[in-house]
Amino acid sequence: MKIRAQIAMVLNLDKCIGCHTCSVTCKNVWTSRKGMEYAWFNNVETKPGIGYPKDWENQQRWEGGWERKANGRLVPRQGGRFGVLARIFANPKLPEIDDYYEPFTFDYENLQTAPELPTAPVARPISLISGRTMEKVEWGPNWEEILGGEFDKRSKDYNFEAVQKDIYGQFENTFMMYLPRLCEHCLNPTCVASCPSGSIYKREEDGIVLIDQDKCRGWRMCVSGCPYKKIYYNWVSGKAEKCTFCYPRIEIGLPTVCSETCVGRIRYLGVLLYDADRIAEAAAVENPADLYQAQLDIFLDPHDPEIQRQALAGGVPAAWIEAAKHSPAYKMAAVWKIAFPLHPEYRTLPMVWYVPPLSPITAHANAGAIGSGANGLPDVRSLRIPVRYLANLLTAGNEPPIVSALERMMAMRAWFRGMQLGEAPDPALLASVGLDAETAEDMHRYLAIANYEDRFVIPSSHREEAENAYQLRGGCGFTFGNGCDGIDAKAGLFGGKMGRRKVIPIRELDDAE
Amino acid sequence: MILPGAWNTFLFGIYPYICLAVLLLGSLIRFDREPYSWKSDSSQTLRNGQLRLGSNLFHYGVIVVVLGHFGGFLMPHSLVMWLMSPAQHQLLAMLVGGIAGTIALIGLTILVHRRFYYRRIRGNSRKWDITIILVLWLQLALGVATVPMSAQHMDGALFERLVAYVQGVVLFRGDNAALLQGTPWAYQLHILLGFTIFLVSPFTRMVHIWSGVASLAYLFRPYQLVRKRGGALN
Repeated sequence: MKIRAQIAMVLNLDKCIGCHTCSVTCKNVWTSRKGMEYAWFNNVETKPGIGYPKDWENQQRWEGGWERKANGRLVPRQGGRFGVLARIFANPKLPEIDDYYEPFTFDYENLQTAPELPTAPVARPISLISGRTMEKVEWGPNWEEILGGEFDKRSKDYNFEAVQKDIYGQFENTFMMYLPRLCEHCLNPTCVASCPSGSIYKREEDGIVLIDQDKCRGWRMCVSGCPYKKIYYNWVSGKAEKCTFCYPRIEIGLPTVCSETCVGRIRYLGVLLYDADRIAEAAAVENPADLYQAQLDIFLDPHDPEIQRQALAGGVPAAWIEAAKHSPAYKMAAVWKIAFPLHPEYRTLPMVWYVPPLSPITAHANAGAIGSGANGLPDVRSLRIPVRYLANLLTAGNEPPIVSALERMMAMRAWFRGMQLGEAPDPALLASVGLDAETAEDMHRYLAIANYEDRFVIPSSHREEAENAYQLRGGCGFTFGNGCDGIDAKAGLFGGKMGRRKVIPIRELDDAE
Repeated sequence: MILPGAWNTFLFGIYPYICLAVLLLGSLIRFDREPYSWKSDSSQTLRNGQLRLGSNLFHYGVIVVVLGHFGGFLMPHSLVMWLMSPAQHQLLAMLVGGIAGTIALIGLTILVHRRFYYRRIRGNSRKWDITIILVLWLQLALGVATVPMSAQHMDGALFERLVAYVQGVVLFRGDNAALLQGTPWAYQLHILLGFTIFLVSPFTRMVHIWSGVASLAYLFRPYQLVRKRGGALN
């Protein structure tokens, strides 16, 4: 057993209001640069929908993630080592910029400088790639916001697999949910496996998956390898970039920007201990529906003294083991079992987990057509969001764990509603879904109150053990390019950047005017 | 084409070494000092169309061409003679080089069209990107053009001289440039342009060729890479 620790994230979809604060703050910090206008390390999709980039969940089309061969071996779906190298000159599965969207700005200046006109002046969209006026904006980072567009197009959503989807196009039966997405910082990442130059790596100390920008050669096989399409090719710098899990913040014990700024308090960060020796075995279980349980099985109990001893011996700092005991991620995923990995069938063992959302009961059930269970709770199958849809999203179609999680959340709500209304508490209600009063209290504190100190239990890194700080003195810190060598990327000998042309020429104001 | 002696000596005796020195030192310096600038500079994200056909034809064709140049010109003379006659050697070079060169040229023509015709690509191309793609096209065209020229003297004698010249460059033979005196202009230009491509390579996207070779290491590494705590300490 080789024990490693990772800072894992859990998102409580039950509380996501789709405000995009996470996406915008992330964008402002990380991707508001030329070449990355189209890239959102964090984005929020409205489901059902085909998402961003278009149709990303359809691995028949994009060939991301792993494929289990008949002999039980895992090979990247886009091809083994030879297959990857053979496709290096033109990656047949690389999304084009239009699969994300053509980034644009608006000609705002026209609003002020237009001459007197019979109609109000307009700010026309301008492509940030070609610099030309766009006739029409055809697609955007969140085109399907709140069920935008026709159902016919949105229903291409891969999660409708085995769902009679036609009725959900009707207004009375429609449903929606938000899905914030970021890099999953997988235990078995396909991006790492697909990189011909070996520039992508997982950090042993906190599990963050990063791209070494100095080693990346822009072969772009990671972009197609990642089934979540969370690696972006910066078409100006010629390098692949991805969510960094805000590692400079995590290292000093601060939550990621998306988590910190989440107004719905839906994000949780905490340590998960896992057995690194069993990653390959867990990722290769035969039946995709078992992948959720297989991943759960390699998480280790931080309260177990034997685990603690081995973790310490293996180099996990004591503070991290202590943090693992209080980890909200561990509680939600492994103890309460209300959080699930996103698309475990990709076999990457993702480490950003989701609490499925409850939804209003259908009009059908409201009219009494579907009864409630013995505990007085409505049947979770009468909720508007089909259980199968959530199962396709979170457990490779395995419904019982989703049903159990939804029931637990509903029971917790019923329990606290009873307390609010001064009714006699009925422990049988909780017992019927495998909870007790103490656990329900805990769940309520974490899910409903969601205090800062409960949501974020992040031990600071021991950088002194990871790198020689003496060499960092007087350094330039986090920079793009080659640190502080002082060479202007535009004027340097070795070729400037692509796309240097200014989209809208900046005009100097004439002082005399 | 007959050049004045001093010019001939400079262009074919000295210039190649300048080019090779710049290629090696320039690549080394760029790799060491400007690793962030070291990349293939793919524009596939901006436009997929034509790339699959053009890029694959060009790259696979040009790999055969380059390996052919290495194998054909640098293989020890005695080994070649043991395997085949000079005439056969020339015929082999014409066949393999002609076919692979034509494939590469077709691919590159598609890529040139793609780079110039589509605003997204052209507007975001550096001067060097435009220059190098045209230089490469010219070089391939020259190379392919030598095939019908060679067909006019199939005895292998001229080919032998060219082989001796290339080996002479590698072996630092002193009077090497004299071997090219009087050879047809297409060969001379092809050789000069070839060394010029070496000369400019460190300053262009051509450096990705080094990485392309290095990426063969991918075949032998484990899929997962984990950087260990303290890896940078020692």
